[in-house]
Amino acid sequence: MIRNKLCAMALAVAVAPAYAQESESSRMREELRQLQQRMQSLEKRLQESEAKANKAQESAAQAENTAAQAASQASSRPASESAMNPAVSAILNGVYGNLKRDPNTYRLNGFVPTMGDVGPGKRGLSLGESELAITSNIDHLFRGTLITAISPDNDTIGVEEGYIQTIGLSNGFTIKAGRFFSGVGYLNQIHAHAWDFTDAPLANKVFLGTQLNEDGIQFKWVAPTNLYWDLGAELGRGRAFPAGPAGGRNKNGFGSSNLFTHIGGDIGASTAWQTGVSYLMTSPRNRIYSDADSTGTLVTDSFSGKSRLLVLDGVLKWAPDGNPTYNNFKLQGEYFRRNEDGRLTYNTDPASAAGSAAGTLTGSYKSRQTGWYLQGVYQFLPAWRVGYRYDRLDSGTTTLGLIDSRALSAADFPILGRYNPKRNTVMVDWSPSEFSRIRLQVARDYARMNQPDNQIFLQYIVSLGAHGAHRF
Amino acid sequence: MKTLFRILSFFAIIFSFPAAAALNVFACEPEWAALAQELGGDKISAYSATTALQDAHRMEAKPSLIARMRSADLVICSGSELEIGWLPLLLTQSGNDRIQPGRPGFLEASQFVMRLEMPKVMDRALGDIHPSGNPHVHLDPRNIARIADALAGRLLEIDPANADVYRSRADSFGKRWQSALQRWEQQAAPLKGMPIVVYHKDMSYFINWAGMREVGSLEPKPGIPPTPSHLADLVERMKRAPAKVVVYSPYNSPRAAEFLSQQANVPGVMVPFTVGGTEKAKDLFGLFDDTLERLLKTAK
Repeated sequence: MIRNKLCAMALAVAVAPAYAQESESSRMREELRQLQQRMQSLEKRLQESEAKANKAQESAAQAENTAAQAASQASSRPASESAMNPAVSAILNGVYGNLKRDPNTYRLNGFVPTMGDVGPGKRGLSLGESELAITSNIDHLFRGTLITAISPDNDTIGVEEGYIQTIGLSNGFTIKAGRFFSGVGYLNQIHAHAWDFTDAPLANKVFLGTQLNEDGIQFKWVAPTNLYWDLGAELGRGRAFPAGPAGGRNKNGFGSSNLFTHIGGDIGASTAWQTGVSYLMTSPRNRIYSDADSTGTLVTDSFSGKSRLLVLDGVLKWAPDGNPTYNNFKLQGEYFRRNEDGRLTYNTDPASAAGSAAGTLTGSYKSRQTGWYLQGVYQFLPAWRVGYRYDRLDSGTTTLGLIDSRALSAADFPILGRYNPKRNTVMVDWSPSEFSRIRLQVARDYARMNQPDNQIFLQYIVSLGAHGAHRF
Repeated sequence: MKTLFRILSFFAIIFSFPAAAALNVFACEPEWAALAQELGGDKISAYSATTALQDAHRMEAKPSLIARMRSADLVICSGSELEIGWLPLLLTQSGNDRIQPGRPGFLEASQFVMRLEMPKVMDRALGDIHPSGNPHVHLDPRNIARIADALAGRLLEIDPANADVYRSRADSFGKRWQSALQRWEQQAAPLKGMPIVVYHKDMSYFINWAGMREVGSLEPKPGIPPTPSHLADLVERMKRAPAKVVVYSPYNSPRAAEFLSQQANVPGVMVPFTVGGTEKAKDLFGLFDDTLERLLKTAK
């Protein structure tokens, strides 16, 4: 705008002399000089004002930046409904399995099958169970957790854990109610994606059906000492192995109970440890499994009686100065001992498991079996870990009334034949961030009598969404 | 009888009880334990869950921490998701209702100050970023003063019987801190505009306070350990536009910083990062004295 005016003025000045008289020429020149001067000063002022405008714009941008930052801080506590959304996370995992023996014939000789899935997984590429977890405080008294497992094959959604937990109690008490991984042993409470190996120890497979999640109530008390010490009790429905039948008995009251205690602490700054004892008591009724008798006939055996499982567990973690970022070591082991006492029914008619049909024999059953594993995992570089695990089971002594009375022979119970399974496992994994892990695992598994299996797994595990918990 | 006595005394040592008379303060990081000690004196017993040699983000919910949380009267943590992996577990496992979020016994320090580096885009592909901004707020000395006020308020609320002690200690600390702050502001003048490379983005508040310029980090992305390719890039950049200093914390490995020092001639300096990080950083005053001293050596 100003520039246009100046141009017009300059034009006027330029054409003016053509109409001017000779005598006026000096006066005109003087005027021209003055006009030129004015023009220059106006141009200078224009530049100055433009510079000022620029500066103002800059400081406006700065102010906007600060305002945006302030606004974003304010909005970190948003007021909308979605602000109350719980923390959601998903776990995805996939495995490539290379198994020498057919996984469909997998069994742990010497031990009663557990009704659940204990196999080493599939051959070839397969998607593992996907997990969806939702967690949030419910109010000032309760916290809720729902963890569902979506099976990739039969399109079912299972509830792995779904429980409420108190946060409003004091004096060290917490109560959990719903479905949760039972506090029996150490590994049972940890979700499979956080395990240090692709599969569960053999002992967890035979004594807990891989992983026991119970519908029940858990009471826990933490002592007011500097050394960690807890005491807990669980009362449950008895919905899964070692209780039975699958799904739990049709009765009021409780089908399983578990008592546990842990102590734990630090040794200096570098080492932390925890050790515990738990005792799981169940009373299975018609807990069934299939076998083939000495004639090759498919039979159903069912157990009713008492089952008592004692577990000792220990974990020790070491890192230089307690900083696990670069190097760390974890030693973990559990010992299981199970006593079962009751009656075993042998039934050649699989259609009738109840035991009243013809071809049915019942006798006493008494067993005492043990198993243990020990594993070490070492992080030798940031993100890189190696691990070794040794598994060992002892089928111990199983006394069957039907064999003692010579009604049947040991060959009629091939799965229960004395055998001590064992397994050696090595793994190496790489975790580029806290949220992803790729693992290679190789195992030689002597679970089947006289049929060692070579198992190779290549696996990825990733977590999406809310930050996972770093549990001990 | 003698054996019985021995066994009993063994258990007495093992099952030692937390201080019953004093207020138990559970601090997630050493700087907050030090601040609580300044304000509480002998009326409190402060316990720090981590040391200067540990990365507060990577801790686990260790049994010893659950035990301490169980008896805590006040919990003070940086917050802003720094302790997200383990603090929620400690809170739910402790069976202690006094220190649950929303109660006076739970104090999230970063909520009382202006946070830097609020991410505009939330995406894990950018590394382990914190939705509520950078949580390492304690390295701006002005923030310490604000958080001290908040903490003193909580001590008064939880333990009114000793209100006079807390008030006078807070007053004395405030005065000493303000005069130290003036001294530090003068001392930090040569750092203004100085280009600096960090290991992790845990120095941002100090850099902002001192007016330094962060020109790179050894981690390619927050929480992702240094990679050879990223370090090579950084060396190239340093050759074109050298930084004056590369800093790392006591819980970081010095190797990446040493590599940069050798390849690009940028001096590496370990800063205490928190109380206990170096010999001189015995308390909060020592923390800033030593940090400034170490950085000023490279400013010349």
